[in-house]
Amino acid sequence: ARPHPTMSSIGTGYDLDVSEYSPEGKLFQVEYAHKAVESSGTAVGICCRDGVVLAVENIVTSKLYETNCNRRVFHIDRHIGMAASGLLPDARAVARHAREEAADYRQSHGEPMPLSELASRVSNLMHAYTMYSAVRPFGCGVLLAAFENGRPQLYGVEPSGVYYSYHGYAIGKAKQNARTEIEKLKLAELSAANGVKEAAKIIYSCHDEVKDKYFELDLSLTSAETAGRHVIVTGEQWTEASNYAKAALEEHDSDDDV
Amino acid sequence: MSASFYTKPANNGNAGVAMETSWDSNPGRQRTLQPITTGASVLAIKYNAGVIMVADTLGSYGSLAKFRSIPRVLRVNDATVAAASGDLADMQFLNTVVENHAIDEEIHEHGIAYSPASLHSWLTRVMYNRRSRINPLWNTYIVAGTEAGQPFLGYVNMLGVAFKEDCLATGFGSHLCLGLLREALDAAGGYAGLTEETATSALEACLRVLYYRDCRAYNQYQLANVPVAKPAQVSGPHFLQSDWSVAKLVKHYTE
Repeated sequence: ARPHPTMSSIGTGYDLDVSEYSPEGKLFQVEYAHKAVESSGTAVGICCRDGVVLAVENIVTSKLYETNCNRRVFHIDRHIGMAASGLLPDARAVARHAREEAADYRQSHGEPMPLSELASRVSNLMHAYTMYSAVRPFGCGVLLAAFENGRPQLYGVEPSGVYYSYHGYAIGKAKQNARTEIEKLKLAELSAANGVKEAAKIIYSCHDEVKDKYFELDLSLTSAETAGRHVIVTGEQWTEASNYAKAALEEHDSDDDV
Repeated sequence: MSASFYTKPANNGNAGVAMETSWDSNPGRQRTLQPITTGASVLAIKYNAGVIMVADTLGSYGSLAKFRSIPRVLRVNDATVAAASGDLADMQFLNTVVENHAIDEEIHEHGIAYSPASLHSWLTRVMYNRRSRINPLWNTYIVAGTEAGQPFLGYVNMLGVAFKEDCLATGFGSHLCLGLLREALDAAGGYAGLTEETATSALEACLRVLYYRDCRAYNQYQLANVPVAKPAQVSGPHFLQSDWSVAKLVKHYTE
C-alpha cells in the first residue's frame, strides 16, 4: 500500500481498497463512506404510537433547481418508506435494489414484504459492497419505515451494512442533536399526525443556517390513518408541519434574547 | 448489474409475461391446448358520466360449477378497471403482472399511471405476442375507465384482436346480451344520454338473461363503476334475483 501524499494521515497506506484492513483492524473505506453520510443533510425517523414518520433535511445547493426534483424519501413498495442521508445516487441504487426485493417477495409470497425481511436484505446488499476491492461501499445510510399489523417499525442501515431496529433514529450531519431531540419525545403517546410536526421541528432546529442556507423538508408518513400506506406528506399537512417547525424556531430564538 | 457481489435469495423473479423457454430446448414444456377453470361472460357499457362493468364470480371446471366466489374484476388504479373471461389461471397470472406494474408506477411517483388506453394497448401486445407463439393466454379482457376525461371501454381477446366500443361483452354475453346493450344505447341516443341507473339495470337484466340461458353463468356478481370525475369502485358480491317458476311448465319436472 502506497502512502498517499495529500490525504490526512488517518488511514494512510491502508485506505485504498475496502478489502484491506488496517493494522488496528479498521476498514478505512467504510469509515470514509460514513463520512459521506455525516457531511450530508440529516435524516430522521420516529416511531409514533400509531405510525412512523420520516423526515430529511434535503440541502439544496442552488436556487435554480425545481422544488422537489430530488426527494430524499423514497417509496419501496406501497407500504415501506426509505429516507436517505449521504450520496443521493448511491441512495437511489439502494432504493432500486430494495424495490426489486420487495416486488420479488410480493410476487413469490403473494403478500407485501415484512420490513424486517427487507431490512435484512438491504443490509446484506450494503455489506456485500464492503468485501471486494473492485467496488466501493455505498456512501449513504438509509432509514426504512413501515406500519405493519398495527406496529410501527423503523430500521436504520449504515454503509458498513450494520442495521438495527429503532424507536427513533437520526443519521447525517446533525445526527447527535437530532437523536437528543428524539429522546426527549414521549413516543408511546405521540400520534403520527403530531409526529410529522415534531419531526419537522427537529429538522429545522438542527439545520445550520450559516453553512447550508437553503434546504427542502422531505416528510413522509406510514400510519393507521394512511391504512399502512407510505405517503409523502405534501400540501396542507406539509405546510402545517413546516409552519409549526418555523414557529418553534422563532420562539426558541426569541427565548435567547434577554 | 454486471458482476453479482450480491445475489438475491432465489425467487421467481418478476416473471415477464413473454418469458418462456423455447420449444426446442425444452420439449417437455407444452403449449396451451385448452382452458381448464374458466370464467364466463363480462359485460360493460358506457353511460353519460362514466362506464360500468359486471362479471359473475363463478369459476367453472368444465360443466362443474366448482368455485363460486372468484373475483374476476381487477381495480388497477383510480381511473382503470379490467375484467377477464376464459382461463382463470391465465387471468390470475396476468392480473399479478398488471398489479406489479401498477405498484411500480405508484412508487415512482412521477404522476404517470396506467390509463385504460395504455393498459388496453399493453394487453393487446401481450396477448398478440403469446398468440404468435401458439401459446396463448386463454382470456378475453375488457378494460374500462376514464381516459382524458372521457369514458373508455376496450376489448382484447386471446388472438390479440382489440377494439374499443360503447358497449362490450365476452363469451355468451356477446351472443345473448350485446343486442340488448346496443338497444339500450340506441334508446338513449348514445351513451351521453344514458344515466347510471339505466345502465346498471340494463347490465343486470343482461346478467339475468345469461343466468337463465348460459349453463356456465352464475347469480352472484361483481360490479365496477368508474365515474369520469371520481375514483373507480368495485363492489360485490351482488346477488341476482331470478324467477324459475316457469320450470313447472317443463314436462316431467318435479319439485
